[in-house]
Amino acid sequence: MADASVQPLIEVSVRRRPEKIHDIVVASVGGQGGILATRILATLFLNLGWQVKTSEVHGMAQRGGSVETHVRRGRVVYSPLVPRGEADALLALEQLEGLRYLPWIRPGGAVVCSSERIPPVTVTLGGQHYPEHVRETLEQRAGFLVWVDALGIAREAGNVRAANVALLGALSALMEAPAEAWHEAISAHLPAGARPVNLEAFRVARELTLARVGG
Amino acid sequence: MAQEAPTEEAVVLLSGNEAIARGAYEAGVTVAAGYPGTPSTEVIETLARYPDIWVQWSPNEKVALEMVIGASFAGARTLVAQKHVGLNVAADPFLTFCYMPTNGGTLIVSADDPGMHSSQNEQDNRQYGRMARTPVLIPADSQEAKSFTEAAYELSEQFQTPVILRSTTRVSHGRSLVRVGSRRQPRPPRFERRPQDLVMLPANARRRHPLVEQRLDALRVYAEDCPLNRVEPGSTELGFVTGGVAYQYVKEAFPEAPVLKLGLAYPIPSELIRRFAARVRYLFVVEEGDPFWEELILAAGVKVLGMGVAGPAVFPRVGELSVEKVRAAVRAFLGTGSTAFPLPGAHPGAGAALTTEASAGGAAPPPPAAGAPAAGQACTREDSATPEPGPGEELPGRPPVLCPGCPHRAVFYVLAKYHLTVTGDIGCYTLGYAPPFHSIDTCTCMGSSIGHALGLEKALGPDFARRLVGVIGDSTFVHSGITPLIDMVYNRGTGTVIILDNGTTAMTGHQGHPAAGWDARHHSAPRIDLEALCRACGVRDVQVVDAYDLRALEKAIKAATAREEPSVVIASRPCVLLPGVRKPPIRFLADRCIECGACFRLGCPALEKEGKRPRLNEVLCTGCLVCVQLCKPGALLAPEEE
Repeated sequence: MADASVQPLIEVSVRRRPEKIHDIVVASVGGQGGILATRILATLFLNLGWQVKTSEVHGMAQRGGSVETHVRRGRVVYSPLVPRGEADALLALEQLEGLRYLPWIRPGGAVVCSSERIPPVTVTLGGQHYPEHVRETLEQRAGFLVWVDALGIAREAGNVRAANVALLGALSALMEAPAEAWHEAISAHLPAGARPVNLEAFRVARELTLARVGG
Repeated sequence: MAQEAPTEEAVVLLSGNEAIARGAYEAGVTVAAGYPGTPSTEVIETLARYPDIWVQWSPNEKVALEMVIGASFAGARTLVAQKHVGLNVAADPFLTFCYMPTNGGTLIVSADDPGMHSSQNEQDNRQYGRMARTPVLIPADSQEAKSFTEAAYELSEQFQTPVILRSTTRVSHGRSLVRVGSRRQPRPPRFERRPQDLVMLPANARRRHPLVEQRLDALRVYAEDCPLNRVEPGSTELGFVTGGVAYQYVKEAFPEAPVLKLGLAYPIPSELIRRFAARVRYLFVVEEGDPFWEELILAAGVKVLGMGVAGPAVFPRVGELSVEKVRAAVRAFLGTGSTAFPLPGAHPGAGAALTTEASAGGAAPPPPAAGAPAAGQACTREDSATPEPGPGEELPGRPPVLCPGCPHRAVFYVLAKYHLTVTGDIGCYTLGYAPPFHSIDTCTCMGSSIGHALGLEKALGPDFARRLVGVIGDSTFVHSGITPLIDMVYNRGTGTVIILDNGTTAMTGHQGHPAAGWDARHHSAPRIDLEALCRACGVRDVQVVDAYDLRALEKAIKAATAREEPSVVIASRPCVLLPGVRKPPIRFLADRCIECGACFRLGCPALEKEGKRPRLNEVLCTGCLVCVQLCKPGALLAPEEE
């Protein structure tokens, strides 16, 4: 699957390998599946025996707005919200949202970001500019960046809607949990019919990232 | 995605709302009702997945509570769930029900929304406990959401009072681990006639009111030893009284500090607080919403630092709290930005400030310590605890928008085209406020559109009504639009009401309602005919039009506003997010585009602006064909017939 086309499906910029990932912020656009990704992470941590807390936002923000969810694990977890500047990892399903929630990661934190761009209405109709060089900015500020063509991976796996799970595949390469634990958590949240495509997207992203990071 | 409700003992990850439902199920609840509203909706949705409970969406919260009170009279354990502003709608039955004995335990779930993620205000419904003299419980996570719910039924039956469970967005929509167990067998229901207690005539209510006050006194005694309150010892001279999700923020920001956690938010345990206060040098009260505890604690004669009811304002009075805000506020008050936990004695400036405050009896805020921020500014200095500003500050915003294919879009296009004044209402369509329509001029609460329209007409004269419409969703109309429509007819208004009928309560995630045709369990249900209902209210001019048909909409709205009598236009199309509504995307033939920009006036996210031309986003387009009707040169086309 790892082809040598002009735009690789996954690129990794490493300054420092993240040690442990406990607090994760998931940034997405309403409807992209950010909440589902958060719930899969929570189930994974739960199954691994951790205390887990998540925070979601429902309602009006889900109508195409910017959606921010949090998931935390630990022996004891108090706040369901990761304090700003303290997240170990940011999982961004869209470029601009990755940039928006960048201040949530701690110095040296990891960013796993989709290369997908969804211009908000303020850009498509409001005359504002979609930021350029998002990847470079993330690279400068994050200790570790995985830049993922999540749509491309999901499309190849069979459905663009699996992009969120593809990103989890990339994130999984930075964490110690075994692939089987991820499969179990992903399967717990998907109807049987959607599992093969999602697990394939997960596998491809995980393997490509591992190949670049070094397992 | 919906996980099956576990039936055996297990530890599971639940949202606060799911945990409330679980607690109610285990407590043996048999009747539950509510009206959807973020962040409360999943309580009823989850209960609808359990067997052996009557669960319903009611037309509104008042109706839901009245129904539940009836079930309580019969001895059933009952639950009613709503968002904070929903309890305003139900306040009428609630504030009299609290005079009456609850036979079956009754829990009133109020999900408050500090920070207004999806609400029009951030009222603090602990206040209703004080008004009604009923206990208020506030859980801090999902486990407490469940166990407090179970405790609430015992409390309700022991003290013969309804109990409020006040959740907030971060508890309702946070997930954490919950130990679940088995269901308690409900008692057999029985209705006993006791009209002297259940008929609130003045004579009976006068007899009941002293009992309510006695009950409150008994609850105050109970509060002192209530197992839902607890003292967590610590090693610092700073102490915190807190509860709800704010407790989590305090624990994370100051893990070494002693904490008095209030699970019973009302009435408060004054003696317990007094004893706790004596053990610490500075006592902070950290609460989300109003300075509710702060006022009660001060009234009990205990000096406490909070939002500045008496003395400096340490914590913000608006918005949500967070770990960062709590940490920054306390540090700012103590006059240090250092990361080490400051001992008060080590900072003479801070100590002096507190002494000044204490000795002045809170008459005036003290001057800030040298080099330290003024304590009163704490709420605006939250970023002192955050990393240097990221690029986020200049980024284009991403506000929520009407979905591609939303059936409200064409209506707002017409309203904007004719520059009509629009009184709006609560629902997805409030987004008609946003560009490019700028079409909502007022929005207050559920059902307000119609009353506001009549009021504008009465103040400005019937000519104004020729350029005025009220817009209201189908669910909102059934919730509280019917009576103002009758008001408009009865009081000789001549306004136009547009019912945006998408067949569901869309904003909260597509719940059924009386005009939708399905119930809380998604079973087919009797469907109220909106057209016939409007006619029965006395509106003679009722038109039903296809909400995707621009020409028909324009004609109907022009005719309706012109008529000098009340008129209703029902713009009908199912919400595009409902299963089976989406259609294949349209086509865009770029060589036909004359760059007129007409399509952009729809503000559809599927038509992205590329220079002066649209770029069709085929993933987003739902094939509603509204833009096709606007494209004169035929560059935007319906998909080819197979």
